Amino acid sequence: MKPPPFAYHGPATLGEALGVLAEVGPDGKVLAGGQSLIPLLNMRLAAPAHLVDINRVAGLAAVEAGPDGVRVGALARHAAVERSAAAAAAQPLLRQALRLVAHPVIRNRGTVVGSLVHADPAAEMPAVLALLGGSVRLASLRGEREVGAAEFFTGPMESAVRPGELAVSSFFPALPERSGTAFHEVARRHGDYAVGGVAAAVTLDDDFRIAAAKVACVSVGPVPAVVDVTAVCGPRPAASADWDAVAAAVRDGVDPEGDIHATAGYRRHLTGVLAVRALRDAARVASRDGEAA
Amino acid sequence: MTGGMGGGIVGGMGGGVDGGVGGDGAGGVVHDGRHEMGHSVTLTVNGVVRRAAVPARRLLSDFLRHDLGLTGTHVGCEHGVCGACTVLLDGEPVRSCLTFAVTVDGHEVTTVEGLAEGDDLSPVQRAFAECHGLQCGFCTPGFLCTVTAFLRDNPTPSGEEVVEAVSGNLCRCTGYQNIVRAVHRAAEIQAAETRAAETRAETGASDTRAAGAGGRTA
Amino acid sequence: MTTGLFGEPVRRREDARLVTGRGRYLDDLGAGALAAAFVRSPHAHARILDVDVSAALDVDGLVAVYTWEDLPGRLAEPLPLLIPHPALTHGRTAYPLAREIVRHVGEPVVMVVARDRYLAEDACALIRVDYEILKPVVGVEQAAEGVNLVHDDVPGNLGAHLVQEVPSPSGVSARQAVDTAPHRLEFRLDIERSASMPLEGRGVYARWDADDQSLRVHSSTQTSTSVRMAIAAKLGLPPTKVEVIAPDVGGGFGVKIVHPWPEEVLVPWAARLLNREIKWAEDRREHFVSSAHERGQVQHVRAGFDDDGRLLGLEVTILHDHGAYTPYGIIVPIITSTQLLGPYKVGAYRVEFSSIYTNTVQVTPYRGAGRPQGVFCMERTMDKIAAYLGKDRTEVRAANFIQPGEFPYDQGLTFQDGRPLIYDSGDYPESLRMLKELIGWDDFPAAKAAAAAEGRRLGIGVGCYVEGTGVGPYEGGHVQITSDGRVHVSTGLTSQGQGHETVFAQIAATELGVPLEKVSVVTGDTRRFGYAVGTFASRAAVMSGNAIALACRKVREKALRIASEALEADPRDLEITDGVVHVAGAPSASIPLATVAVLANPLRYAFDEESRRATQFAGTADPDRPPMDEGEEPGLEGRDFYSPVRSTFASGMHAAIVETDPDTAEIRILRYAVVHDCGRLINPMIVEGQIHGGVAQGVGGALYEKMVYDEHGQLLNASFMDFLMPYATEIPRIETAHLETPSPLNPLGIKGAGEAGVIPVSAVVAAAIEDAEGLTVDRMPISPSDLWELRRGG
Repeated sequence: MKPPPFAYHGPATLGEALGVLAEVGPDGKVLAGGQSLIPLLNMRLAAPAHLVDINRVAGLAAVEAGPDGVRVGALARHAAVERSAAAAAAQPLLRQALRLVAHPVIRNRGTVVGSLVHADPAAEMPAVLALLGGSVRLASLRGEREVGAAEFFTGPMESAVRPGELAVSSFFPALPERSGTAFHEVARRHGDYAVGGVAAAVTLDDDFRIAAAKVACVSVGPVPAVVDVTAVCGPRPAASADWDAVAAAVRDGVDPEGDIHATAGYRRHLTGVLAVRALRDAARVASRDGEAA
Repeated sequence: MTGGMGGGIVGGMGGGVDGGVGGDGAGGVVHDGRHEMGHSVTLTVNGVVRRAAVPARRLLSDFLRHDLGLTGTHVGCEHGVCGACTVLLDGEPVRSCLTFAVTVDGHEVTTVEGLAEGDDLSPVQRAFAECHGLQCGFCTPGFLCTVTAFLRDNPTPSGEEVVEAVSGNLCRCTGYQNIVRAVHRAAEIQAAETRAAETRAETGASDTRAAGAGGRTA
Repeated sequence: MTTGLFGEPVRRREDARLVTGRGRYLDDLGAGALAAAFVRSPHAHARILDVDVSAALDVDGLVAVYTWEDLPGRLAEPLPLLIPHPALTHGRTAYPLAREIVRHVGEPVVMVVARDRYLAEDACALIRVDYEILKPVVGVEQAAEGVNLVHDDVPGNLGAHLVQEVPSPSGVSARQAVDTAPHRLEFRLDIERSASMPLEGRGVYARWDADDQSLRVHSSTQTSTSVRMAIAAKLGLPPTKVEVIAPDVGGGFGVKIVHPWPEEVLVPWAARLLNREIKWAEDRREHFVSSAHERGQVQHVRAGFDDDGRLLGLEVTILHDHGAYTPYGIIVPIITSTQLLGPYKVGAYRVEFSSIYTNTVQVTPYRGAGRPQGVFCMERTMDKIAAYLGKDRTEVRAANFIQPGEFPYDQGLTFQDGRPLIYDSGDYPESLRMLKELIGWDDFPAAKAAAAAEGRRLGIGVGCYVEGTGVGPYEGGHVQITSDGRVHVSTGLTSQGQGHETVFAQIAATELGVPLEKVSVVTGDTRRFGYAVGTFASRAAVMSGNAIALACRKVREKALRIASEALEADPRDLEITDGVVHVAGAPSASIPLATVAVLANPLRYAFDEESRRATQFAGTADPDRPPMDEGEEPGLEGRDFYSPVRSTFASGMHAAIVETDPDTAEIRILRYAVVHDCGRLINPMIVEGQIHGGVAQGVGGALYEKMVYDEHGQLLNASFMDFLMPYATEIPRIETAHLETPSPLNPLGIKGAGEAGVIPVSAVVAAAIEDAEGLTVDRMPISPSDLWELRRGG
């Protein structure tokens, strides 16, 4: 299990990196944390002719949190984002999801943006981006473009990144006041990719009724499945919501496949259960948020 | 078999030519596929500057084991799941099988060989032996590195935190119970040593050297 | 025994090197050796049409490429069938490199040798093998239909068929006993495949010494002596020209007892041919598809019983999935068939197994070796009887127990060693009493009801087993005391983490009356001890432990004989304490063992101060006697062997409390309790560690691990991502209690402990889930998805 040979590029600046990426085009692969890419290389399931290692590129590791949300640079490790108090304050879902990403040692090296670009439908961070309606900033020699989550994930392990482009950052928007989030998942082993997992965001109105409720589900389709359940949940307080109807709505909104770890039926059922748990948790957080405000 | 030579043997005896020559540093080196260029990689490993010229694809695990001869770091899966190859990169535990040596050129690495201070085992090493936290010992270096960093950052962990801390490392022998016990024991030893060091520092406050030499380095 | 080291939780002597990175595992050796890699079949069943290596020739650093056609003499023959058995009428083994046909994904086809492993893999990737795909045979029931064949000359894919039958004491057959019993149950059970999966894969490193015309081979093996014989035979070398050493081994659990693996003969052969050091270190993906698996069985059970739940008749029919080859014979299904009986008396018993070939990785023993399946069968039977009669599950078990006064107890069957299945000792009622107390069996219904009131589902399960340990034929030990007072112990069997360096030193220190730190132990090195069988079947402590004790007793006797002359005392009055021989009650009349060692070797030449005392002018010898008496040998050393008439039978009982999530169907083990009886304990700390590890593997087999093949014979989860070995987060705390019923069969009174922990776990967890859910669990392992489907009636 040794990686195949490749031409190695270790650019020191973003400009250099984009220059190399332009040159190597579709034959190039970007190496950031490597926690998904290097296993594929070691198993020789991927054999890029060129590897563009961006670990030396200055200025890509920033985690910037503001009232609008959190911008995460391409070299920000999961662990750095998880530890960032400012990021957790601006968008609590980040930390809630990151503690479910693999194991702490993997999070020391793996990057949030890398996980988005890898676009594994079983992974947590794509679901977070999808739920929040965040975006990924792609740079190339031709300039930059910001791609919204809905367009970014194009299929299983497929994203909107084009040859010659580098995902330089991602943006996770903050939620309005009186909002709460939660991430619930069931994995076969702690730290594994989830058999089912649901990120939820709930926003309450002035009377603490559910004004908006949305989930993003992992492992139930080619891309993170976003289901808006506002109409089923609200406008009612969480305590009197028809959670069975919510679970049914979520089950209807996803289209899982069976695999060696779970049947399609179980995944669908589980997603409904986890959606209700996550939404109720999120609503609880939102009401606390509302009281604090 | 087609394309071969008689008796199954092809090629020369292969000796003499060592892959790791030439190369011009980490930035933008190109090879040609089958005749790979070497990249000069310099690491500070266990406090010692080590340098070797290796192909870009050399995994850090192989670099440590085969290029530097530090075979204490073990390789159990080469896809990042088992954790046996965990080393400390700039103090943080990482999978050396999911890291290219060339990527971490210029950085600091601590391996299991660097955990003891001379002949004095670290608290974590002592605790693993004391609590029978290892059987075949193959996964042990990864656990030791992981736990060393964990207890540095969290010297008084809860039971749940301990289990979480070692939950990325597979062990096929121990059933983990004694490993978990060893982590708690290591925290105890570490705390006792820190207290002892503080006492020494207080009593020898006039001697700045004694104060500095007190605790173990983290 | 003058010191109390035997039975003490002595800390391990292995650990100082293992916690500092100074262990020497296979791939730590041979810096600079060439690397081997293999092109392995991507198909489950195919005919090799052509191997084209031309593209690989350009790889810089390629040294050699070999296919089956390159193999000379006996190396070109199939690998040995290690354990022949009359019932194995169609035993088949693989060629070291595939000849014409490949029969499972992962079978080696081409061997590549290159400067390093990266380059070897590059070359492998460039070698093109053309295959004609043949129909794959997957699934033991489908295979048994015999429509497609794994081996053309094995009709019905039937490798072996064996029936063992023990009529009731009154001569009633099992069939008749079941048919005429007051109550009858019939059911089917499924156990899926798992694997030993040590953290270190297999590996071989060979050096040919051209001057000496000899081979030195290191192998990550559970038997170095037998690997040596196999290499010598395959390469046509005298065994004296082959040495095999098992270095530190990163876990075995059964898979490394198989030998010779193809690589164990190919790597030494190529090393000799090329006159270069060559090493092959198996990677994880190779391990999944080319090393062995175990456990897969389908069982059909008929049980007849009376109103008290006593088993009057039991009929079990087993379909055993043997994979593509049978190098290890039919040991696994034989063990299932015999150990199935556990601690119980069954009125009449009939067991029949068919061992079936499939186009999958071969099946050979994995810790437990067929017992987990057998225990699953018997314990499910007990639970079903209890459910049928509405009785407490422990009560039904107790009604069937062999009683303490009934030992030795002959089950009337033939065990895996070809010897009668006669239990030597045990106390099953006491074991059950202890277990019920430990887990709180009688209080559980209240706890369960209280949890139910909160909407939680709890369940409890119990499982019992008896394990034949310490099978023959023999092991040996050599003990030498040198003139520095140090004790050097060697034994031929190997170590994979069991702490042999510690426990054997404890035995030697106790027997010889020397401090533990004076004793060093070497295992698995044919240069030190050439006769051995290997480490498997929970036999190392029983076999080598007793052999070493016997060798120590020889040495002790000689030491006392020599000392008695020096001290002018009767040897019967002498004792050894802290390495000093002295007259009992008169400590001043003493002589250190170091000095005795000097005197034991009459010398002409002095090479140090110690040895001066044994030279011919030192004045210590009687000039009227030969320097060495007739029948005496120089040196204070001795060698002895232990060869038991039959196995000794350890036993144990486990209980678990599980919680299942009513919504997600997640399964969590809340408590796990073990009562274990392996006779006298040499080192309780190490025994506990063995139990913990075994239970963890059992939990893996019950809830997480299975090898999933698709209909094409592709292993779908050949990685640690998808083959779910448990982490610390998945393993409950294990509570243990020990019962010690010594074995009357061996001098130390010990029984094996290595495999025990794993054996009943699937049965126990299945029972607990059943109890929590009120449904039937007849297939293991079970995942949340499986449980959810069961709830839906799937």
